[in-house]
Amino acid sequence: MCLNFVSLFPSNSDIFMPSITIMAKLNLKINGEVKEVDVDPSTPVLWVLRDHLNLVGTKYGCGIAQCGACTVHLDGTATRSCMLTVSMVGNSEITTIEGLSENGDHPVQKAWLDVDVPQCGYCQAGQIMTAAALLDKNPNPSDEEIEMAMNGNICRCGTYLRIKKAVKIASENS
Amino acid sequence: MTSIKTKIGRRAFIKNTSLASGGLVLGFSWLNSCKPKVGLDMAAKELSKEWFELNGYLKIGENGLVTILSPNPEAGQNVKTSMPMIIADELDVDWKDVMVEQAPLDTGAFTRQFIGGSQALRQGWTGLRMAGASARQMLKEAAAQVWKVPADEIKTSGGMLSHEGSGKSATYGEMASMAATMQVPEEVQLKEKNEFTIIGTSQKNVDGMNIVTGKPLFGIDTHQEGMLIAMIVHPPAFGLQLKSIDDSEVRSMPGIRDVFKVKVFNDDYVKTFFDTRTYNEVAVIVGDSTWQVMQAKKALKIECEPIQSSTETRDRFGTTWEQHTPKGLENTEDHYAQMRSRTEKGGEVRRKDGNPEQAFAKAAKVIERTYTAPFLAHNCMEPMNFFANVKDGKAELIGPLQKPEFTEQTLSARTGIPLENIDIKMTRLGGGYGRRSYAHWLVEAALISQRMEAPIKLIYTREDDMTDGIYRPTYHAKLRAALDADNNLIAYHVNVGGVPECPLYENRFPAGAVDHYLAEGWTIDSNITVGSFRAPSSNFMACAEQSFLDEVAEVAGKDPIDFRLELLDRAINKPMEGVTNDYDPARYAGVLKLVKEKSEWGNQDAKTSRGVAAYFCHNSYAAQVLDIVMEDGKPKVQKVTCAVDCGIVVNPDAATNLAEGGIVDGIGNALFGELTFKEGMPTKKNFDTYQMIRMQEAPKEIEVHFVKNNIDPTGLGEPTFPPIFPALANAIYQATGKRLYEQPFLKNWAI
Ligand code: FES
Ligand code: FES
Repeated sequence: MCLNFVSLFPSNSDIFMPSITIMAKLNLKINGEVKEVDVDPSTPVLWVLRDHLNLVGTKYGCGIAQCGACTVHLDGTATRSCMLTVSMVGNSEITTIEGLSENGDHPVQKAWLDVDVPQCGYCQAGQIMTAAALLDKNPNPSDEEIEMAMNGNICRCGTYLRIKKAVKIASENS
Repeated sequence: MTSIKTKIGRRAFIKNTSLASGGLVLGFSWLNSCKPKVGLDMAAKELSKEWFELNGYLKIGENGLVTILSPNPEAGQNVKTSMPMIIADELDVDWKDVMVEQAPLDTGAFTRQFIGGSQALRQGWTGLRMAGASARQMLKEAAAQVWKVPADEIKTSGGMLSHEGSGKSATYGEMASMAATMQVPEEVQLKEKNEFTIIGTSQKNVDGMNIVTGKPLFGIDTHQEGMLIAMIVHPPAFGLQLKSIDDSEVRSMPGIRDVFKVKVFNDDYVKTFFDTRTYNEVAVIVGDSTWQVMQAKKALKIECEPIQSSTETRDRFGTTWEQHTPKGLENTEDHYAQMRSRTEKGGEVRRKDGNPEQAFAKAAKVIERTYTAPFLAHNCMEPMNFFANVKDGKAELIGPLQKPEFTEQTLSARTGIPLENIDIKMTRLGGGYGRRSYAHWLVEAALISQRMEAPIKLIYTREDDMTDGIYRPTYHAKLRAALDADNNLIAYHVNVGGVPECPLYENRFPAGAVDHYLAEGWTIDSNITVGSFRAPSSNFMACAEQSFLDEVAEVAGKDPIDFRLELLDRAINKPMEGVTNDYDPARYAGVLKLVKEKSEWGNQDAKTSRGVAAYFCHNSYAAQVLDIVMEDGKPKVQKVTCAVDCGIVVNPDAATNLAEGGIVDGIGNALFGELTFKEGMPTKKNFDTYQMIRMQEAPKEIEVHFVKNNIDPTGLGEPTFPPIFPALANAIYQATGKRLYEQPFLKNWAI
């Protein structure tokens, strides 16, 4: 079979297992539960969620706080989890899309279904988390306030009008 | 009544695959013989020479629930909802009793699933109807046998069978197992179009709940026990290749398992159309977790060397062509300078009607303008990724891709694993737009897994996704128009090319609407890799042509819509002899008239400036009127009115969503989209510098109007994208008096 790999080094990976690991055990409050994770403290929350806790609803889009795909709530505030290192979380409560509601019945989720917002859907968890945090703080946002709050979330599929409409419906219904 | 054969020769499209477990299961697969009519975009045009085949199945359980396996990958065009709707309608069931699943790529007899070229519904339409109608017929025959009445007296509705004469009725579920013993009919009756009950109604996205609750739908969400994470490190610039890697620091980093090079294609392999790969050899780092691998990626040192110029043979579905890749580190300014001078040499004449030289010579007015556009990166929100587990001569692959059928063959050729041992599971695509047609990362993932003897997930970082791309080419068009003394368009000349592809469609409007016409095209070789991007070629040609016609109309002293309609009238009423045009001028005029009416053209308020444009591509027609107002010296898009003719609209609200998306995406790319190169290196790597449209720049309102007709559905994923570029340019001109010739518009927009 395929033997075209060119490796300059022996592939016995055991030899290279890290000798000095800087791991730390941390307790995180996520979606109402305390989870213990054993990770490098510089790891962004995004990857702790996705790789270590199998909470993959929070998405990776850019890794530099530019696209909003990774948005979670940190004590209720919309936060880009790709730039939030796990060591910075401390006692704060993290809520992810999986923890936003039990059955997908948060007013924002309901409005999203009502308006049938998603196209590919990849950005939508981040959009929903940003919108939910906005409405928590400002239950009746104006168009401009919605635009301001949602401007950090990119949607290449271009669903912005439906997102805005869904935020308004959620605002009326909550 | 339309009836349709379910068999051609010995080839059966519908197969009864019912198992002993009860219920009726029909597998379906068909070849679509539609000739590459006209006007298909590049990839689709090539593909249409082949036969199309789709597959899926439908199952009617004894409980009456219908499960439909949707055959095509879902990338947000909502085919996973609309394709099953077509089956369900012909089957005559209630949509609420239908469950939809994604069909895996079946490596057996039934394959050929792909997305691209807005072709899914167009190609699938007849076959999907046939599948539903066949099952309905078999249910009727089952009931006829049980009730001892003629099958053609049995009526169906909402998942029920009934016979008036005898007063008998039964649910589909009750008859399903019996129906499974019936012969698949050789010919079935399709519904008349006015009998549709589900097609033409708005149905919600079947994956909606899974999306809003963050369920693992995407390839990047794949997780398996013992899975490792892999990432690539590629040369920093086009024109370079990997020479060696220095992993001394990296190997001892926490969680790192291995570092090695992967060669995607063997040297003697003849690459097919979708086998484009920028850097054939890349460094790979494998480790326990994404963050650990990302750290190692930053620390890995690689040494690169310049590539040599090369010519390789590529195989385009049976026809080969020579692809020349020059050496060197390319620069954007050089590209523009080369394109300028290449234009002056003229290109290969692809169509010539009448005597354009003479017409230009005797014209009362000649207008000449030049349009350019940059390379574009796809920027799918889900970066490229794939899961692979290659073990014991078998390969399991999970992830997002657009052309699984082709990629599977590539993988088999590369690894020697026979097709039957390759299992590709398609996940939802976090955006495709053409990028995921070139699934080299699937091959990379498989090779990495094979080497590691472990399941792995390969993830490109955003930076890899953007800098190791297969981009929309950069283009340059010189357009000329000749008007006679009465301001009639008498000649039109398009001279267009690109690095490294030419976007010319020589048989499109205004070809066929003007007596003297000349279309020529050229290309300039490059080592920057390019490929399909939402509405390939059209995404540039629309802007050049429709911005130009706006200017020509102005010089002619005519209203821009009336000017276009006049030309189309000419094509309708005085068709030219001996030429073929891609488009149907009546449908083209139809969308212009509809947008004129719906936008109340000519009635805008004083502070609003409007632009109009129309375009034909992917067998569909779109016209748009875009309104802007100036705020603090900056244009703000207020409203877009869009008219579309894509034939029968299967799922109107979903179709509207898709049309809105094309418009928003188009405005974003027109204003900001640009990838430039310096010494072969992409100058943008992430969204901090590559500007994407955000909510604040999106139009405040979009109205989408569909032309109502009974024409079989044509594409919708792409046709609303190209014309919005020129509609915006034309509106900005109305507001500022400045014509825009260069994209992205923001660049030359000194307001
Ligand atoms: S991934 Fe965090 S903002 Fe893009
Ligand atoms: S729905 Fe596809 S990126 Fe937003």
